[in-house]
Amino acid sequence: MKRFTWFNATSLTLGFAFLYLPMIILVIYSFNASKLVTVWAGFSTKWYGELMRNDQMLDAAWVTIKVAVASSTLATILGTMAAYVMVRGGRFMGRTLFSGMIFAPLVMPEVITGLSLFLLFKPIFTQMGAHTIILAHATFAMCYVSVVVSSRLVSFDKSLEEAALDLGCTPFESFRLVTLPIIAPAVISGWLLAFTLSLDDLVIANFTTGPDATTLPMKIWSAVRLGVNPQINALSTLMIGVVTIGVIIASISTKRAALRQKADEQAAAG
Amino acid sequence: MTLDVFAPWEDPTEKPLIQFKGVTKRYGSFTAIDNLTQDIYAREFFALLGPSGCGKTTMMRMLAGFETPTEGQILIAGQDMAAVPPNERAVNMMFQSYALFPHLSIWDNIAFGLRRMKMPKAQIEERVEDMLRLTRMTQFSRRKPHQVSGGQRQRVALARSLARAPKLLLLDEPLGALDKKLREETQFELMDIQEKTGTTFVIVTHDQEEAMTVASRVAVMDHGKIIQVSTPPKIYEEPNSVYVADFIGDVNIIEGAAHKTSDDGYDIKWAEGQEPIHAKTTAVLNEGQKAFVALRPEKISIAEEKPEGAVNAVKGKIIDIGYLGNISTYHVELPGGVMVKAQATNTRRLSRRNFSWEDEVWLSWTLTAASVLER
Amino acid sequence: MMRRLFLISVPYLWLLALFLIPFVIVLKIALSDTALSIPPYTPQIDISAGWEGLKGFFAALDMENFVWLTEDDLYWKAYVSSLKIATISTLLALLVGYPIAYGMAQAPQEWRATLMMLIILPFWTSFLIRVYAWMGILSQEGLLNQLLMGLGLISDPLIILNTNTAVYIGIVYTYLPFMILPIYSALEKLDASLLEAAEDLGCSRFKAFWLVTIPLSKGGIIAGSFLVFIPAIGEFVIPSLLGGSSTLMIGKVLWEEFFSNRDWPVAAAVAVVLLLILIIPIILFQRNEQKQREAE
Repeated sequence: MKRFTWFNATSLTLGFAFLYLPMIILVIYSFNASKLVTVWAGFSTKWYGELMRNDQMLDAAWVTIKVAVASSTLATILGTMAAYVMVRGGRFMGRTLFSGMIFAPLVMPEVITGLSLFLLFKPIFTQMGAHTIILAHATFAMCYVSVVVSSRLVSFDKSLEEAALDLGCTPFESFRLVTLPIIAPAVISGWLLAFTLSLDDLVIANFTTGPDATTLPMKIWSAVRLGVNPQINALSTLMIGVVTIGVIIASISTKRAALRQKADEQAAAG
Repeated sequence: MTLDVFAPWEDPTEKPLIQFKGVTKRYGSFTAIDNLTQDIYAREFFALLGPSGCGKTTMMRMLAGFETPTEGQILIAGQDMAAVPPNERAVNMMFQSYALFPHLSIWDNIAFGLRRMKMPKAQIEERVEDMLRLTRMTQFSRRKPHQVSGGQRQRVALARSLARAPKLLLLDEPLGALDKKLREETQFELMDIQEKTGTTFVIVTHDQEEAMTVASRVAVMDHGKIIQVSTPPKIYEEPNSVYVADFIGDVNIIEGAAHKTSDDGYDIKWAEGQEPIHAKTTAVLNEGQKAFVALRPEKISIAEEKPEGAVNAVKGKIIDIGYLGNISTYHVELPGGVMVKAQATNTRRLSRRNFSWEDEVWLSWTLTAASVLER
Repeated sequence: MMRRLFLISVPYLWLLALFLIPFVIVLKIALSDTALSIPPYTPQIDISAGWEGLKGFFAALDMENFVWLTEDDLYWKAYVSSLKIATISTLLALLVGYPIAYGMAQAPQEWRATLMMLIILPFWTSFLIRVYAWMGILSQEGLLNQLLMGLGLISDPLIILNTNTAVYIGIVYTYLPFMILPIYSALEKLDASLLEAAEDLGCSRFKAFWLVTIPLSKGGIIAGSFLVFIPAIGEFVIPSLLGGSSTLMIGKVLWEEFFSNRDWPVAAAVAVVLLLILIIPIILFQRNEQKQREAE
């Protein structure tokens, strides 16, 4: 049985302290009564109250969620198709270009993606706004989705699809009844990834938006450029809280499922 | 031969269920199937046997419709299958990995193919229950595939592929994932089910024992060609080539030159200064032609003294003894360095066994024990 | 067949329209002249003029914007400084990340899933917020200075925020998971008996680490380094929030050309050069990935 050596324990402790302390401090100071973020002046939840009364902030949050839902759904559909083409498509004209276009957005600086999409949209749309952000986010998020989904498809036993065909499915039925239910966890995590990317994006949204659509990151950006702002601390705390709860629930449920599977297999073998 | 023996391939009026007509399959420059012609009859249990890469799986996948022939024609019940997609063929396949749908219960796995046929609900239920009973899986029907053992999964896969009552069932290494004991039990179960349902089975395997046990006919394949097709006893006793003799069971191959004798047999001169081997054969060989004597180890008797009146008898020295419990294999070196394996049943206890290393012994066999092969 | 065509063409056309064509436009605009900073830029393709129009179009394209980039030393200084900042940050991230990845790979089996989750968790939280969190820590009256002065280590507050040091800290902090994960997955695959064999053959523990562990985790180190280096070069948010007016990074320059100066052709030219700089590390990265895949 392996145990922690003092060296490993130290490096892990320091490492995780580095990763988590800044966020913990951020959360603590969101409950600070003082407007000066660096001086502790007692516990208070007044910044949360102010945040709730900040209509501009709430509007931006609403726009962000709408954009994120629409773009991640679009990205999931396109990305799953792209993954399917990459893994099962066989050979076709321009396959190399296709895989290049899937890979490139992952390493492309956001400023370039943003600028290029702005230059594309400018002459096409009379006004830019939420719709153009959705198109932009769907485009770069679909590449992430396709990476997640294709890594699942690669390990997918192809004979399952053949069995479905053999038992009388049309190719589409075989996808709907067999492939999709089995790769569903990867598709869902792809969607969540796309959703988070969209929620998080400042640069591309800033390039492709119009006067009517301000997203939350843009709002946060204009606030924090002027310095530390306790309302933003409160907002950050809420966002960190949601993500933490979500990730913990997800990891517990996958762990449980894995344990159940293991127990079942042992019971079956015994 | 009595009439009730199942041998449709010997009846010229019988129509074959499956016909391969000059089928070739190429993948780029690699030829997987090489101009192959073969008939398979209804209710047969037909085994495709060969090493991996010999083309047996390709043949099966062409029957299922997952591959199309590059040249030639495949007919099932007289119909050309070229344009028929897999989902419209009255053919079902049991996959090597079983390919059970992990997200569906065993019941739903078996019902899967029936639902695609738009069968009424009540009828589906009845059919699934029948299949569960046939494969003795009724009590597990609500479980998921990963909740049952390997042998049970194999039975579910069989039930699922039989549920649609296919004309033809394809089995791709169906028992490969099972341990030896379970495999032997399951072989008999398969034969039983095949007989009960009257379905034509085509099985792909690399395990010669399995093919011999279950099949009505065995096709031994190599490099995209069928080398020999025959019933298991004939394949074993009358191989048509060194390849088949060697692939099926254990065999001694002795090379020599053939000379016709007065009776319908040949003398094979295999070593200078040694008595030639006398063997009876239906093969017709030229005088002095190179020939191979294929001799099964269990057909050789081993004795201390030269047996009286033996047709073939040679003296040799025991080099090695392999003790397997019920039998022992003796590796005997003949004059000139030829090594021959001979098998003897251990009817007596080990302590009373009469041969040991370095012993000089006589090997003998009858006129009909060996086969004479040209290649 | 129709189905397959549909399946291929939908994502393909989408990417062509929203990824490839925009780049062609960027390239075209980088070669155009500014006409009052608004479209249409000259030249435009005159379709009705046919071949002659096309020839005229190409003749009117010029390298003026690129010449401009070389003349004003702001740009090449920004490129060099971006490369420098990205390189230093990558090395720092490697230094910080390797011991963490090593500690994770050595941790008891039942701990690993949790540690892994703790590494991935920050990735799901907002990038902007994680960078912002450092502003309160690094500022002159921030927590770090309060702590150090409280301990009596320094008498005057250190100036960290709005310097390159803050940018290094920000990049290392936000991209650390990208460094840790590939190294961890390389180290996790490493068979412990290899180290025992090395020690059995006379290596000291440190020597065994140097001669066995490091070479076998090389693929992970390379992958992790590129995953930090590539996005760091084009980074905009970190230098803007944590860096100072003297911090030059190309992402920031592009942003300012676009949003402050409204000079789109120059912004496009800056983007084209940035892309050219990135091509080499991207190709190297892909080659490393390919090698890793083939080794498996």
